[in-house]
Amino acid sequence: MSATMETTTPLLTVDGLVKRFTGRGGKTVHAVEDVSFTIKRGTTVGLVGESGSGKTTAGRTLLRLIEPTGGKAVFDGTDIFALSDKDMRAFRQRMQIIFQDPFSSLNPRMRVEAIIGEALDACGYPKGQQRKDRVAELLTLVGLQPEHGRRFPHEFSGGQRQRIGIARALAVEPEFVVADEPVSALDVSVQAQVLNLLSDLQKRLGLTLLFIAHDLSVVEYLCDEVVVMYLGRVMERGPSRLVYAAPRHPYTKALLATAPIPDPTRRREHVPLKGDIPSPINPPSGCVFRTRCPHAIDACAQTIPPVEDLGGDHHVACIRHLELAQAS
Amino acid sequence: MTDLAPDTILSVRDLRTWFKTKRVTAKAVDGVTFDLKRGQTLAVVGESGSGKSVTSLSIMGLLARPGAIESGEALFRDSKGAAHDLARMGPRGFRKLRGKEIAMIFQEPMTSLNPLYTVGDQIGEMIALHNDVSRDEARKSALDMLRHVEIPDAANRLDDYPHQMSGGMRQRVMIAMALSCNPSLLIADEPTTALDVTIQAQILDLLRRLQEQFGMSILFITHNLGVVAEIAHEVVVMYAGRVVEHAPVVPLFAKQKHPYTEGLLACTPNAERDLDPAGERKALYSIPGTVPPITNLPPGCAFEPRCRYSISACTKVPPQLEPAGPERLSRCLRSAEI
Repeated sequence: MSATMETTTPLLTVDGLVKRFTGRGGKTVHAVEDVSFTIKRGTTVGLVGESGSGKTTAGRTLLRLIEPTGGKAVFDGTDIFALSDKDMRAFRQRMQIIFQDPFSSLNPRMRVEAIIGEALDACGYPKGQQRKDRVAELLTLVGLQPEHGRRFPHEFSGGQRQRIGIARALAVEPEFVVADEPVSALDVSVQAQVLNLLSDLQKRLGLTLLFIAHDLSVVEYLCDEVVVMYLGRVMERGPSRLVYAAPRHPYTKALLATAPIPDPTRRREHVPLKGDIPSPINPPSGCVFRTRCPHAIDACAQTIPPVEDLGGDHHVACIRHLELAQAS
Repeated sequence: MTDLAPDTILSVRDLRTWFKTKRVTAKAVDGVTFDLKRGQTLAVVGESGSGKSVTSLSIMGLLARPGAIESGEALFRDSKGAAHDLARMGPRGFRKLRGKEIAMIFQEPMTSLNPLYTVGDQIGEMIALHNDVSRDEARKSALDMLRHVEIPDAANRLDDYPHQMSGGMRQRVMIAMALSCNPSLLIADEPTTALDVTIQAQILDLLRRLQEQFGMSILFITHNLGVVAEIAHEVVVMYAGRVVEHAPVVPLFAKQKHPYTEGLLACTPNAERDLDPAGERKALYSIPGTVPPITNLPPGCAFEPRCRYSISACTKVPPQLEPAGPERLSRCLRSAEI
C-alpha cells in the first residue's frame, strides 16, 4: 500500500502468541511459539510458510477459533485473548474468516441466501425484506447475481463458491478478515478472479486482511507486509518489497529460490534445502531451522535467535544474518 | 499400429475416452494426439476438467466405468523394441507391462502405499514380482533403490511403515518403487501437487537426475506451469478434453500461440509485471468465466466464450490443431495474429 498508510496505527498487535496442543501420550505439540507482529489498519499482511509452520493455527487463534496458550492480541485497544466468551462473541462481528476449501465450508443443504443470512442472524440483523436486500447487496458485491441466493452450493463452480464464502464473511461488516489459503483450491484461471475481488473489496471497504498462504508469488502481489514462519516461529518479517528484494533469513532465501518460476530458461541448478520440516513435538534446540540450514554453526543450537530489527520495520531471527549479508 | 518412429516411446493418436451414461456422453478426452520421445519429459498441463488425468489413466489402462476408450491408439514401445497398442490392451497384457515397462506415481503417496507393510517389503515385492530373485536379493535391491532416491539413513528406513514418513519421503518411496524394475516409461500424475515448495523442488530435482541416470521417458501430468518450466522438454496444453497447444518448452514460455495458454501464464501473479514501481497493485489479468461443462460444449471453439480474441467465426466450427511455427501446433483460428 502507499506511504500514507504506513503512518496509520495498528489494528491488531500480536505479542508473544503461543499455542501448544497436548498430543497422544501427553506429548506437547509446539504449534506456535512466541509469534509477534502487527497489522496496520487497511493493510494486508501475508503469513507464509510450509505445512507444519503453524500459520493456520496462528490465524485461527487470533479469532479464538482455537484458544491460545499464551500471549496477547490487542485488537483496536482490547486484548481479545483476555475477553470472556460472551464479550468475544460481540467482538467476532469485527473479525471474520474465509476458509480454504469452498466445497467443505458451505453447508450443502442450505440455500446461499440462508448461508449468508445465518451470518446476519448471528449479529441480530432484522429479518424480512431488509435482510433479503442485504443478501442481494452482498451477492452483488462479490460479483454474483441476487438470483443466485435461491441456489444451493453444488450449483456453483469452485470460484463462485469462494465468492459465497467471501460474501458470508463480509455480511457482518467486519474490519478484519483472516483469509486462510483462499485461492489454493482453485484453478489458476479462477485464482486471479478471486485475488482481484479480494484486492478490490479491501480497497473499497477499507478492510484489514491477514492472508495465510504458501504461494509466495500470490503473497508478494497482494500483501503489504509478510511474516515468514517455520516450525511455529517467525523467521523474518517486514514490508513485502524489502523481504522479497533482499531476504535476510536463510529460510526466506530458500523459499524464494525453490518456488518454481514459469520460465524454462531460468531453471534452478541446485536445491538449496535438504530434508524435511522436523516434528513440532520435539523441535530442534536453539534455532528451529538449523537442522536444514546450509549456514548452521554450533552456536545456532545454543540459543533461540532473538528477533532483530534491521530498520524500516524489517525483522529477522538469525544470529548470522550480519555476516551472511556481508559475505553475499 | 506399425509406424512408430525409432526415437518415440509413446505415441498417442486421436485418443477418445468417453464417459457414457444413459442420458449423456461426456467426451473427457476427445481426439488427443502427441508423441513422447525416448529419454524426454512431456508435460500435459491443464486445469480441472481438461482431461489430462483421464488421458493418463487411459494410457495406463486404469479407467473406471463408465469411462472407456472410444477410439484412437496409444502405441508404446517396450524395452525389447516391440510395439503395443495400450488403447486395446486387456488386463492380462497390462499386468505384464505395468511395473516392469511402465510405472506410475500419483499425487498422494499415502493412498498409493499399503499402510500395513513396511516400505522395504513393498519395494521388495515389486522387484520379486518382475524378476527371478530371492527375498534377500529383493531386499538388497530395495535398499539400493532407497539410496537412489536419496532417502537419508536408508538402511534404517527400510523397515519403516508409510505413516512413519513425511509426505516428501513417501513420494521418494513411490519413486523408488516405480523405478525398481527400470521401466522405460514413467507416468507421473501431479506427483508434487500435495508437497510443499521446498520438497517439491527436491522431488523435481531428483526426477531430473534419475532420468539422466536411468534414461526413462516421463509423461508428467500437472496443472502448475511453474513445474512444467522446471521439468518438461515438450508441453501439451489441454482444455475441455482437447489439445489446444503443443510446443517445446522454451518457445512455449517465450511466446504462446493459443489464447488459453497465454491467459494461464498471464494470470499467475508476477511482481515484476503486476506491481508498479511504487508497489501499487495493478489488477491481475484473469480469464473470465469458468471451464464449460464437458457435456455441453459450445459448437465452435470450446474456449471461445472466455477468449479475448474471439470473433464470430470462432463460434461456428471447432478449430483444428494446426501448425503454428516450427515444431508447434495450436488449435486457434487466429493463432497467426496472437
